[in-house]
Amino acid sequence: MLILENVDAHYGKAHVLHGVSIEVRAGEVVGLLGRNGVGKTTTLKAIMGMARRTGGRITFEGRDLQGVPPHGLAGRGIAWVPEERRIFRLLTVLENLRTGLDRPGITPARRDALLEKVYAYFPILRERRNQAGGTLSGGEQQMLAIARAMVLEPKIILLDEPTEGLMPRMVAQIQEIVHALHRDGVAILLVEQNVPLTLDAAGRVYIMEKGTVRHHASAAELRADQRVIHEYLGV
Amino acid sequence: MDQIIIQTLHGLVNGMVLAMVASGLTLIFGIMDIVNFAHGDLLMLGAFVGASVVGTTGNYWLALIVAAIVIAILGALLQITTLRPLIGRDPLTTILATFGISLVIQKYALWQWGPSVRQISEPVRGDFTLFHLQYPWYRIATAILAALIISGLWLFLKYGKYGIWIRATTQDRVMAQAMGIPVPLVYTGVFALGSAMAAASGVLFGPFAGVTQTMGFDFTVRAFVVVVVGGLGNLGGSILASIFISLLESYAAIVVSPAQAVIVSFVVLVLTMLFRPTGLFVPTPK
Repeated sequence: MLILENVDAHYGKAHVLHGVSIEVRAGEVVGLLGRNGVGKTTTLKAIMGMARRTGGRITFEGRDLQGVPPHGLAGRGIAWVPEERRIFRLLTVLENLRTGLDRPGITPARRDALLEKVYAYFPILRERRNQAGGTLSGGEQQMLAIARAMVLEPKIILLDEPTEGLMPRMVAQIQEIVHALHRDGVAILLVEQNVPLTLDAAGRVYIMEKGTVRHHASAAELRADQRVIHEYLGV
Repeated sequence: MDQIIIQTLHGLVNGMVLAMVASGLTLIFGIMDIVNFAHGDLLMLGAFVGASVVGTTGNYWLALIVAAIVIAILGALLQITTLRPLIGRDPLTTILATFGISLVIQKYALWQWGPSVRQISEPVRGDFTLFHLQYPWYRIATAILAALIISGLWLFLKYGKYGIWIRATTQDRVMAQAMGIPVPLVYTGVFALGSAMAAASGVLFGPFAGVTQTMGFDFTVRAFVVVVVGGLGNLGGSILASIFISLLESYAAIVVSPAQAVIVSFVVLVLTMLFRPTGLFVPTPK
């Protein structure tokens, strides 16, 4: 469904991605592991058209994403949950969700159903719906960031380090949500530092180093033989 | 005492018109970081369009609506042709571009309508007596109408779908795009909305002092003072600052001549820049 072929990307003059090739099939959870600064986040930004792509091809459902404006990706079914969460801090929780709900072609009934759905997943967001996004705790902001992506009814969610800096209880909740999304048939490209979580949630895993993919295996293989993980991630 | 009450009323009326001008300016600055030096000239052009409509139809309210729509369309075209290509460039280039637009509009107005002052006759006639002084009802009506328009803008930004788009884009353009909000369209829309606000202010203010092709610059400067004093890009702050500064000018006019009273606003501007550069009417950042 989402295919990256030999993608090169630059930040200013820095050459960050060197020929990254990744594939995510419909409904699949794919992990992207690697140390800090190896280009995982940049890979997601390249998909979102936010990093300057200088080579290679990115296609989604067979269509090249080159030339698609950044605001056209949500409508095609690609949602992004950035590492920094990027909650609209001065907007209330409900208004944050409305940025994704108030889109053309959605019926009021569908809109309400989606809102109910994310409130069912994250009851705390219903409680805090009239509170400014910036006043939420880190874990609540992460939930809001995921909920905001969910209301777009995406085919794939690019999930960037969703458990970074969260308490263990919150990590477990995020893990539960990833499973739930998977059951709903949403594909996920999961960037993580948390190896056990990634091996648990993902079907396949790519390991990146120095701006390129070094290793690709099923999560089951990696669980059985952790030497590769140790080699590239040092854990 | 009589004078203080009269000047308070005067300050409030002027403050409401200024608030309308400034809210358009601050909206544009807040979302696009564009310092629009042509804002006052869009106001002037709106006033001329309004004067022409009043001249041909005699209908003031129609003039208000036509001017707002015509200038909104012009604003949208200006944004698309001149400012959109400059997005992401040095802010100085947009300042120069809007300054250029300002000059073009002024010269066009001079060519089209000539140097003389055009009058817009007020739609609400009559005066009322306040402490032996005649105060025109039209000024009161203007203040109320300006307050209604500003409230409408506020409600739109607070509850409207496009209002949420505008606020989300103001806060985080990249994330707004990722949520599917068509940011280039939002930019054009906000510029059109700000231009319409300027044009409507021009038609509202027209009956006070007449319409001339040089009136725009004065409004640009005054609006900038309140936008900076109120806190750049902060709508509520700009509105409060408009009223605050207009009241100060009015009270100063009791002691010195009205032309000198304008100095007060620049003193406030300089003091704000020196001691509280984020603006007087913004909460202290936590």
